[in-house]
Amino acid sequence: MRHIISVLLENEAGALSRVVGLFSQRNFNIESLTVAPTEDPTLSRLTLTTVGNDRVIEQITKHLNKLIEVVKLVDLTEGDHIERELMLIKVKAVGAQRAEVMRSVEIFRGQVIDVTSTVYTVQLAGESDKLDAFIKVIDPANVLEVVRTGVSGIARGEKTLAL
Amino acid sequence: MELLSGAEMVVRSLKDEGVEYIYGYPGGALLHIYDAIFQQDDVKHILVRHEQAATHMADAYARASGKPGVVLVTSGPGATNAVTGIATAYMDSIPMVVISGQVMSHLIGEDAFQECDMVGITRPIVKHNLSIKHPSEIPSAMKKAFYIASSGRPGPVVVDIPKDMTTPTDRFEYEYPKSVKLRSYNPVSRGHSGQIKKAVDLLMSAKRPVILAGGGVIAANASEQLTELAKLLNYPVINTLMGLGAYPGTDEQFLGMPGMHGAVEANMAMHHSDLILNLGSRLDDRITNATEKFCPTAKLIHVDIDPSSISKTVAADVPIVGPLDSVLNELLKLVKASNITPDKEAHGNWWKQIDEWRARHGGRYRTDDSELMKPQQVIEILCKVTKGDAYVCSDVGQHQMFAAQYYKFNKPRRWINSGGLGTMGFGLPAAMGIKLNYPDEEVVCVTGEGSIQMNIQELSTCAQYDLPLKVILLNNQSLGMVRQWQDLNYESRHSQSYMQSLPDFTKLVESYGHVGMEVTKFDELESTLEKAFAMKDKLVFINIHVDPFEHVYPMQVPKAAMRDMWLSKTERT
Ligand SMILES: Cc1ncc(C[n+]2csc(CCOP(=O)(O)OP(=O)(O)O)c2C)c(N)n1
Ligand SMILES: [Mg+2]
Repeated sequence: MRHIISVLLENEAGALSRVVGLFSQRNFNIESLTVAPTEDPTLSRLTLTTVGNDRVIEQITKHLNKLIEVVKLVDLTEGDHIERELMLIKVKAVGAQRAEVMRSVEIFRGQVIDVTSTVYTVQLAGESDKLDAFIKVIDPANVLEVVRTGVSGIARGEKTLAL
Repeated sequence: MELLSGAEMVVRSLKDEGVEYIYGYPGGALLHIYDAIFQQDDVKHILVRHEQAATHMADAYARASGKPGVVLVTSGPGATNAVTGIATAYMDSIPMVVISGQVMSHLIGEDAFQECDMVGITRPIVKHNLSIKHPSEIPSAMKKAFYIASSGRPGPVVVDIPKDMTTPTDRFEYEYPKSVKLRSYNPVSRGHSGQIKKAVDLLMSAKRPVILAGGGVIAANASEQLTELAKLLNYPVINTLMGLGAYPGTDEQFLGMPGMHGAVEANMAMHHSDLILNLGSRLDDRITNATEKFCPTAKLIHVDIDPSSISKTVAADVPIVGPLDSVLNELLKLVKASNITPDKEAHGNWWKQIDEWRARHGGRYRTDDSELMKPQQVIEILCKVTKGDAYVCSDVGQHQMFAAQYYKFNKPRRWINSGGLGTMGFGLPAAMGIKLNYPDEEVVCVTGEGSIQMNIQELSTCAQYDLPLKVILLNNQSLGMVRQWQDLNYESRHSQSYMQSLPDFTKLVESYGHVGMEVTKFDELESTLEKAFAMKDKLVFINIHVDPFEHVYPMQVPKAAMRDMWLSKTERT
């Protein structure tokens, strides 16, 4: 099963490489990883998505917790949560394709953020599935470039991951 | 407040940490620190002949004392030479602080002379590592290193120090912190009482219980509590390779070591048990054999300070995260207060069954298939001559398994071996680390002619610091353990497992100023050992010629259950 693990990490040199190293060292799978400082500059927030059975996920969270720089973590998929990913996608758009692409962008509630006579650059946010679906409706021959941020997630309601 | 240079701070921190000896080797990046060492005599430096030996000396001291060993190596090749020793300590959860020199900070990343990314290289084999960004950080970084290395599940910590952090003319205020607190690191101090209660109920109602004691019991200094619990319940005890000595080896409740070369009664008892109380063993592949066939009828209580060791290889029914000493204290209290009556009849039958296994197979090897001395005999005589009370530091191979099987350890911290990484070359430096710190104790290195040659240069260090340890070389003229696997799995094609052109060990050790002896016949063995151990102030190296065709048995059948073992070259369970 797919899990989203959210980690509060000391914002120190080398902390991130320890997290990444752990996954390759122990043969854990990593699908996406995002990291940035939080409102507290001494802490980074890291979100990673991974796939594994319960036993593997248990080992992943235990090993992450063992890293000295990991302050706290939560497996968001254990409760109600919201996930978002941002995608920038550059699409070939000439002639009839221009209207076609525009229509898809509207349906998916995306935005065209850059235009040339032959290209639209589209910004789209949402769950990863939605981004996948958007890519599918565009003719692969017209997809010039895809940039995705990886998943960010947060628990619903009062629950927070904080110190 | 005092003003000290970074170099002086390193040395003063060690003094304030109570460190007596450090083990190391100088080089460019460390020259300031070595100059600071020269100008004081609180912290004594031991100069090895290869950095790997420094790490094993420090590691062995830590294994014997429970306190972190300290290593000092220079940047680049000095640091990489220490890597094997760091990994060795990591695998066995041994507290160690390794200070590595680094090139000047402005050169980092430029492939400067003797630069290597020590923090990167050691990341997967340390509990933690850090690099110094400013000299004033040194006292707190050192305190942090010692704290992390020795608390929770112990392990090695590397502190990487660029040379310009130690410049003698740059002086800063020095104060050694009394304690550290890290918001992101809080080792547990006791087990969950609800879980401990559950464990006690299982323990009291078990019909075929076994207690398995691993290295965790030794790390937590919990041997006494373990022994009290086992005696109170009259349950059989099995010590892992890392746990030998945790429960007394000559006690009749002791069944031996489990696993690949475990005792028949130990493996049988585990396989047929209905409850395993696992105290601080990782249940690694050398113990469990095929995990899907592991102890099919047993419930598993798993106590460990490291949650990631629990349910890693075998799912635990009752996981307890906590330090072994406090969990055992609690277990003892609740067992004494429990109102569950033990099933005396079931336990009687269980012991009867165990005694049958023991009588049929226990501790046997053949002496009739060869004229030559058997390595097992040598260990038995060694145990006799040293009254089972020596520190035995082993290398890796068949001789290690024979020592583990036939030397009866009655005390914890006397059996010093590289169990997790299996590092050939560990034995001699380990024995040196112990002899230096425990000069009045009998210290033995049990080794093979393969292993000893991996760090034989340290005989020179032994001469310099006058370390009268004893080396017992079980000379089978081959990489015996490799050869054994080739005999069993490759139709005896002995690819590269033969040791050609061995030196004349007697002449070799004499050239270092030590005493060499050679034994070829069994009836000379005991008297030679007596003679060697009587030479209290001499390092004696005894080259003992043993049967090169001997195998280590029992040996578990691969991919099978714990009970499936070869008992000799021809018999199976
Ligand atoms: C550094 C290192 N290299 C290789 C091995 C693999 N290995 C394990 S046992 C062994 C043979 C050891 O030979 P020896 O020291 O003579 O001991 P014996 O098995 O003959 O008693 C080897 C090569 C190892 N454990 N460590
Ligand atoms: Mg050999």
